[in-house]
Amino acid sequence: MYDLRTAAPWKYFFRRWKGVFIGGIIIFLVIIFSYIKNSAVTEAVLASAVRQSTPLILGALCGLLGERAAVINIGIEGQMLLAAFVGFLFNVWTGNLFLAVLAGVGMGALLGLLLAFMSVTLKIDQIIGGTVINIIAIGLTGYFYKVGMTTKGKLQPIPLGPLAKIPIIGTVLFNNPPITYAAIVLVFLVHYILFHTRWGLRTRAVGEHPRAADTLGINVYFMRYMNVIAGGAIAGLGGVFLTLEAVGSFERVMTNGRGFVALAVMIFGKWTPLGSWGAALLFGLTSAIQTQLQFGGKVNIPHQFIGMLPYLLTIVVLAGLGGRARPPAADGIPYEKE
Amino acid sequence: MNETFALEVKNITKRFPGVLANDRVDFNLRKGEIHALLGENGAGKSTLMNVIYGLYTPDDGEIFINNQKVEIHNPHDAIHAGIGMVHQHFMLVPVFTVVENIILGSEITKRTYLDLNTASKKVKQLSHDYGLVVDPDAVVEDLPVGIQQRVEIVKALFRDAKILVLDEPTAVLTPQEVEDLFVVMRNLTERGVSIVFITHKLKEVLEIADRITVMRRGKVVGTTTPSETSEAKLAEMMVGREVLLQVEKAPAIPGDVVIKVSDLVIKDERDLVVVKDVSFDIRAGEILGVAGVQGNGQTELVETLTGLRQAESGTITINGTIMPFQNPRVMIEAGIAHIPEDRMKHGLVLPYSVADNLVLCTYYRPPFARGIERNIRSVYDNSERLIEQFDIRTPSPLVSAGTLSGGNQQKVIVARELSRENHLLIANQPTRGLDVGSIEYIHKRLIEMRDSGIAVLLVSAELDEIKSLADRIIVMYQGNIVATVDADKISRSELGLLMAGSQVANIPSLN
Repeated sequence: MYDLRTAAPWKYFFRRWKGVFIGGIIIFLVIIFSYIKNSAVTEAVLASAVRQSTPLILGALCGLLGERAAVINIGIEGQMLLAAFVGFLFNVWTGNLFLAVLAGVGMGALLGLLLAFMSVTLKIDQIIGGTVINIIAIGLTGYFYKVGMTTKGKLQPIPLGPLAKIPIIGTVLFNNPPITYAAIVLVFLVHYILFHTRWGLRTRAVGEHPRAADTLGINVYFMRYMNVIAGGAIAGLGGVFLTLEAVGSFERVMTNGRGFVALAVMIFGKWTPLGSWGAALLFGLTSAIQTQLQFGGKVNIPHQFIGMLPYLLTIVVLAGLGGRARPPAADGIPYEKE
Repeated sequence: MNETFALEVKNITKRFPGVLANDRVDFNLRKGEIHALLGENGAGKSTLMNVIYGLYTPDDGEIFINNQKVEIHNPHDAIHAGIGMVHQHFMLVPVFTVVENIILGSEITKRTYLDLNTASKKVKQLSHDYGLVVDPDAVVEDLPVGIQQRVEIVKALFRDAKILVLDEPTAVLTPQEVEDLFVVMRNLTERGVSIVFITHKLKEVLEIADRITVMRRGKVVGTTTPSETSEAKLAEMMVGREVLLQVEKAPAIPGDVVIKVSDLVIKDERDLVVVKDVSFDIRAGEILGVAGVQGNGQTELVETLTGLRQAESGTITINGTIMPFQNPRVMIEAGIAHIPEDRMKHGLVLPYSVADNLVLCTYYRPPFARGIERNIRSVYDNSERLIEQFDIRTPSPLVSAGTLSGGNQQKVIVARELSRENHLLIANQPTRGLDVGSIEYIHKRLIEMRDSGIAVLLVSAELDEIKSLADRIIVMYQGNIVATVDADKISRSELGLLMAGSQVANIPSLN
């Protein structure tokens, strides 16, 4: 067989990401075409795509930090929901948005600690552990949420000076509220940590071959705990995005499956932050187009069908275009010391 | 005591539930020597080394490095004390590059940035100094096992190991790779590294070791040197009784042709032709040995003969009938018994009970089934009978096969395959990873089968095994049969040359 790794680097890169390249070019051309036709709507849809992708990429970062250390986290949905609620409550009580965000992030980290305790220390089946978190979140938020709680405002867009004035890009990338900026920064930060630091090397080793890491004096349990907790904090940020930045208030089960779509995003992104970001943007874009189609009023299709669009895409992408991604070898397997 | 030992352990005792794995073990390692630790599987060699490397906490005993008492509670302490270990199952992350694997846990960083370039240079320098050539940027899973092992050794040297523990390092290597490893080991000792060499292969011990310590059932039986001992003496120390190292066999009395293979062409998963126009036949009552370094088409050939793999062209004829390809059940019912290369993966269903594993080929037929219903009673009776007959050491027929030792797992397979009515036995690496006692047992059984009039195809990478068991030998090299010879007409070294790709014309005794 022709081994790609021995080929020229750019060839290897291209073949590996062929589908992504071609897809990217098509999307780019469509955007240009649509911008020429109707610039205002195009800008609005793209800006909405970036914002819709924010909770997805945050969820995906949470998922991949856990899975790179071999802890499957299907409780992202619950972590986001409960964090969203706690952030909302703090906003109601204190009116301080910064404190509210911190509270939500803290809640996410706490649920990460719970998941780590269940799956690393107690060695409970990780799917069950995650499900427990989802059920807890739905139960607690449903019980404590009272209709009529009002907040004192939400996070507002911060234009980044002259950058925000560039056509398309300015509106789409440089005129966003803080959590959206934070998400983009986190993508690159997590990428740097995973692939260019000691911590990342050890995290990946723990996810691929924990015994090897153990024989080199690396504390497998500690690495797993810290990554799952950090992931929880990031999922918490994704949660407060919903209540403090996107909507400004809380609704029951308002995460609406985003935690699970985030897992699909992570897999489509091959367990990498940059890949996941691309996938999240794609899902964000279909969500934005879906909204536009529903409320633009020009298409005569029942809105339920249009609403399916992002989820259909999830299925198609995971079944076909995702290619053969390989999860970390020890993913989901509790580590037993000898 | 005046001598300074690189490593000395005194009175090490380690209990596992139900087993005394190390019973007051004393062991010492001189500076710059290769000290072989010899024993059968389960004798406690690996347990002792895991204690020294901090993976197990001993119940009693002391460890000294350079006559200084040290406390080793975890691998970190061991690495700090200058101990490096190459585990039997490599501790390498397959998807990492060589350099990533080497620095893992002792990373070189610039502030937070992982400095792989500096690390690569250091690895290259080390490889150069010790004559261990590795490419720092290669991905480990793409490397042959021999090179992976080298990576493990460099990994230990990178941590400034002065004491190197090699746990069964030759079990996975080809004869040529073993030679390379021995050169590396001698090189290391010249540079002041002391080596503990764990093995159960007698020839290797006599070839490379300065001193030999033999363990049996958790205890040290004795320490000796190669000049004072012999294979037979070592085997006796290991097993506790006299062992037949050379199989006794009468000349073969070949009967009719049982299997005839004509012009077989086979491709592998990657669509490469790995077996090229191979033809041979085997008669009843003879053993045909297939010699060859692993990966020269033997695996695919055996898979095709047992119905697991499709052939591109050619025919397989058994007792005059041309067989279809890729139909294992037809092959089983035609009377082919198969001892597969990888007993854990292809020989047994590890979570199933011993009793169920013993009827894997026959479960659907009476007496083990009545229509769609299984007859558990007769499956159980059958297992009790075979456990008795084949001397399988298991607490009960109902324990899962995965809990048995390697030798006993192999006995389960042998019992299953030989208890059916057979015409042809295909044994692929039947003694790989087994201890002396089990090897003796398997060899006896193969000769018994031959003498009872069964045709035997023996595939092995062990020269001695092929030489002593086979009546005729074919040598496979890059998918071709490069030679077909009578076993008594070729020497061990000539066979080695053919396996390495030498032409028949260059072997004087064959011309």
